[in-house]
Amino acid sequence: MVTSNVKVLGAWPSPFVSRVRMALKVKSVDYELIEANPHEKTELLIKSNPVHKKIPVLFHGEKRICESLIIVQYIDEVWTDGPNILPSDPYDRAIARFWAAYIDEKWFPLFQLLRDAQGEERRAVVQKISEGLSLLEGAFVDCSKGKAFFGGNNVGYLDIALAGCVGWTRACDILLGAKFLDETKIPHLVGWVERLYSDSSVKDLMPDPHILIELYKKFRAMSEAASE
Amino acid sequence: MAGEELILLNFWASMFAARVRIALKEKDLSYEEKEEDLPNKSPLLLKMNPVHKKVPVLIHNGKAVCESLIIVEYIDEMWSDRAPLLPSHPYARAQARFWADFIDKKLFGAATKIIWSKNKDEAEEGKKELIEILKQLEGVLGDKPYFGEDVFGFVDMALIGYYVWFQTYENCADFSIEGECPKLMEWGKRCLERESVSTFLAHPNKVYDLLMSFRNKLGLDYV
Repeated sequence: MVTSNVKVLGAWPSPFVSRVRMALKVKSVDYELIEANPHEKTELLIKSNPVHKKIPVLFHGEKRICESLIIVQYIDEVWTDGPNILPSDPYDRAIARFWAAYIDEKWFPLFQLLRDAQGEERRAVVQKISEGLSLLEGAFVDCSKGKAFFGGNNVGYLDIALAGCVGWTRACDILLGAKFLDETKIPHLVGWVERLYSDSSVKDLMPDPHILIELYKKFRAMSEAASE
Repeated sequence: MAGEELILLNFWASMFAARVRIALKEKDLSYEEKEEDLPNKSPLLLKMNPVHKKVPVLIHNGKAVCESLIIVEYIDEMWSDRAPLLPSHPYARAQARFWADFIDKKLFGAATKIIWSKNKDEAEEGKKELIEILKQLEGVLGDKPYFGEDVFGFVDMALIGYYVWFQTYENCADFSIEGECPKLMEWGKRCLERESVSTFLAHPNKVYDLLMSFRNKLGLDYV
């Protein structure tokens, strides 16, 4: 299979870009990463994703695909000789899609709120993120059926959906002392995170929380300087 | 299919539940419909969709599937022997999913601004957003009969539930969608020629009456 015509427009800190790269790694597809700063709406970014003007974008030959979860499903459907990313059973697929949508629509957006919230408001957002993690803990128990990952023995769709967010979650634990990854509260997810760091498909693609923190501090400093 | 139990937790005016009703009809599936009184959600709904507590929910042999577009894909995959709802080629599938996702991300927000507007300015803001989104969708449709090219498909199903709300948006914000997006209105009328759509879509007048009754309860008057 010709794979040299695959490119990813993205940036390594982005949880959404990580998903695409993890999916390509699972399928052993070589690609070129074109670095794009999500905060700079360059001509390339606008041309590649005119509707949302966001990363990631997958280029496959002449085709452009946008929205990380849609891209992951596309990758799964095109490269069928690699391991499956989505489960094979329709009900399990629906459940995986449900929780991935939950992460994107309800849970991960809370981290944006956390960035700007102070005091009581911040405590409330921290609480909501923790509640979300409890739900995801339950989802892990149901989906994994006693195995190592949401997808079973190997990383699958929901592992990929959430793994990209782990770096930022850990960054918040370090920076804010949030204790999101608390093994007394979410033991299965904490175990799962540890296993991710040993899995060949994802371990090198999970953003390092310490580097994320430095990046965040730099970004904050720049925003504050710009607003003065 | 023998031994299959399908229950749909439904709300007649919901553009999301409409997608599932249409999908079930396209696949010629029998099911039991349970109408939810949204201000008083049933214990079954709360049990089957504890995370979002929303309709639609499809309960298949006791197992709940939630979120309308996820349910439609589930129906397509479970009953893959007939009437495909998504295209077969991965790129066409990605495009279909992209535009259905666009509809959910953008259209609902703009529509919400209009229908819950407290004054003319808010309604006007919602209207401008809605027109921009509908024009974008009209551009995607182009000269095709359906978003699914020659066949009624996933994106058509995603959007058509909103069609019966168009009259309500027009009344709330005093504009004509026909005037702004004539091709989209033609598309809507074409979709209504399908039995799966005409039988299972709410009537626009009833939808408007429903919204007015909610607005009256909330004390929202039009200036």
